[in-house]
Amino acid sequence: MLRYTLKRLLSLCISLAVASVVIFAVIEVAPGDPAAFMLGMNAQPETLAALRAELGLDVSKPARYLAWVGGMLTGDFGTSYTYRTPVIDMVSDRMWVSLPLALYALTLSTLVAFPAGIYAASRRGQAGDIGVMGATQLGVAVPNFWFAMMLVLIFAINLRWFSAGGFIGWDKGFFAGLHALTLPAIALALPQAAILARVMRSSLLDVLGEDFMRTARAKGLSERQALWRHGLRNAMIPVLTIIGLQFSFLLAGSIIIEQVFYLPGLGRLVFQSISARDLIVVESVVMLLVFSVIMVNFLVDLAYAAVDPRLRSRT
Amino acid sequence: MKRNLIIGGLLSAIFVVAALVSFFWTPYDHTLLNIPNKLKTPYADHLLGTDHFGRDILSMIMVGARTSIAVALVAVGIGMGLGIPLGLWAAARQGSLIDELIMRGNDLIFAFPSLVIAILITAIFGAGAVNAIIAIGIFNIPVFARITRGAALSLWQREFIMAARVAGKNATRISIEHILPNVTNLLIVQGTIQFSLGILAEAGLSYVGLGAQPPTPSWGRMLADAQTLVSIAPHMALVPGFAIILTVLGLNLMGDGLRDYLDPRLRVART
Repeated sequence: MLRYTLKRLLSLCISLAVASVVIFAVIEVAPGDPAAFMLGMNAQPETLAALRAELGLDVSKPARYLAWVGGMLTGDFGTSYTYRTPVIDMVSDRMWVSLPLALYALTLSTLVAFPAGIYAASRRGQAGDIGVMGATQLGVAVPNFWFAMMLVLIFAINLRWFSAGGFIGWDKGFFAGLHALTLPAIALALPQAAILARVMRSSLLDVLGEDFMRTARAKGLSERQALWRHGLRNAMIPVLTIIGLQFSFLLAGSIIIEQVFYLPGLGRLVFQSISARDLIVVESVVMLLVFSVIMVNFLVDLAYAAVDPRLRSRT
Repeated sequence: MKRNLIIGGLLSAIFVVAALVSFFWTPYDHTLLNIPNKLKTPYADHLLGTDHFGRDILSMIMVGARTSIAVALVAVGIGMGLGIPLGLWAAARQGSLIDELIMRGNDLIFAFPSLVIAILITAIFGAGAVNAIIAIGIFNIPVFARITRGAALSLWQREFIMAARVAGKNATRISIEHILPNVTNLLIVQGTIQFSLGILAEAGLSYVGLGAQPPTPSWGRMLADAQTLVSIAPHMALVPGFAIILTVLGLNLMGDGLRDYLDPRLRVART
């Protein structure tokens, strides 16, 4: 297990290093000098040079890269060009919208997908199965931002159960905050729930054909008991992988959903920073998103290896 | 299970035909503004209604289909064009450094939240259909590389490949002449799935203003225009929404149907 962990840790570090180089390079080749952008067309060359020095833009590219990475490792994400506030403060403010939203959506999609997948697998080929599978086909095909607009139309504009956008903050209480994130979370969860339900179903169907399930039935368990006691636990491995992967889809999806609902999350921060050419913010937020995705997948891998010894020798 | 194939094929065909016909004919000019006639719900003159500038929505949907299909198709082309050779190469040199490099590179691309990077690329290099294609296409490469490698690896163990080696063919020729034809079915199925994902991604990008630019209509931007008007003119949101859903649904059903149809073993196993 130690060997496996070390090996995965090494590949984690390489992934992070390469990712940081790629992100830095993409931002570097971006046309437009942030300092020139901030000062406008008629800036004096001396002012421009002074600002470039202040922003740290006058040193060589490798030096700037090292300063950026070094800063991130010590929790210093740099200072926003436009707002002149530390990026870490901006990020941690926004995090309190994006992270709860992603977790809320993940919870909703799991709560819907598990029963739906189990139900479909246990009714294989019958009307219930066909109904659930049809619904998931539809769920995968619906663009989540369009679904979000329909939710707003029905539940915010017509029924007035929820507000159409914005976020009141967590100061008004946990449930008020949760209430404000409900429509965005549902919109985000829909396609994920559809995918997860399909994976749950097919994974269970694979397990149901295994020898140990026959043994469980042979020792006198009913089909339902065998499913709950032995089938589900074994079917969970592919399901957990997908949940890990979905985290990255949820983060990415929340960028667009935050636009629909005007939520002050990380996604809107990226958008605003891109249009303001506040590249240090873009760089750091994107790196943070990539970091969390790589990290989640790493943890999922380790979790498996802990649960299933067969996986340790395979890689 | 030919039903999926037929329904999916028909749905997809409707939009492909609409896109093709739009090159020669649309009910109205899709750029024609007609303000007095704005926000009309569907009626005889405008079968799908008009938007906030009085433009004919049916014409815009037809031309928009062109944008969606072109972007998704070229993005799949990029993914296949680069991913398949990489996958074949990795499989032919299984366990070597090059295999390791290709597969780790794939993992890395998978680790990036695709939409975030697509947004980054289009935002930095400018919004537009071409950059949207590149942004979506890059994330298709590892998908095809992985699938090709996985399928090719098991083929390399088979007797007929051994026979080809004994006959003196080198790895490149074997990959092209024997491995590739045997993984084509799999790639076609994955191609339809990536195609439908590409349509969704293009809609998302143009919804946030990073896809095809005006006056080129795109379904995503039609939805963005509809957003503020959704309470007074819901048809402006419903029509492009259904266009996207039906196209994606059609392509997915076609993918499922093709998989069953092209793989006779599966047909037996499923019944």
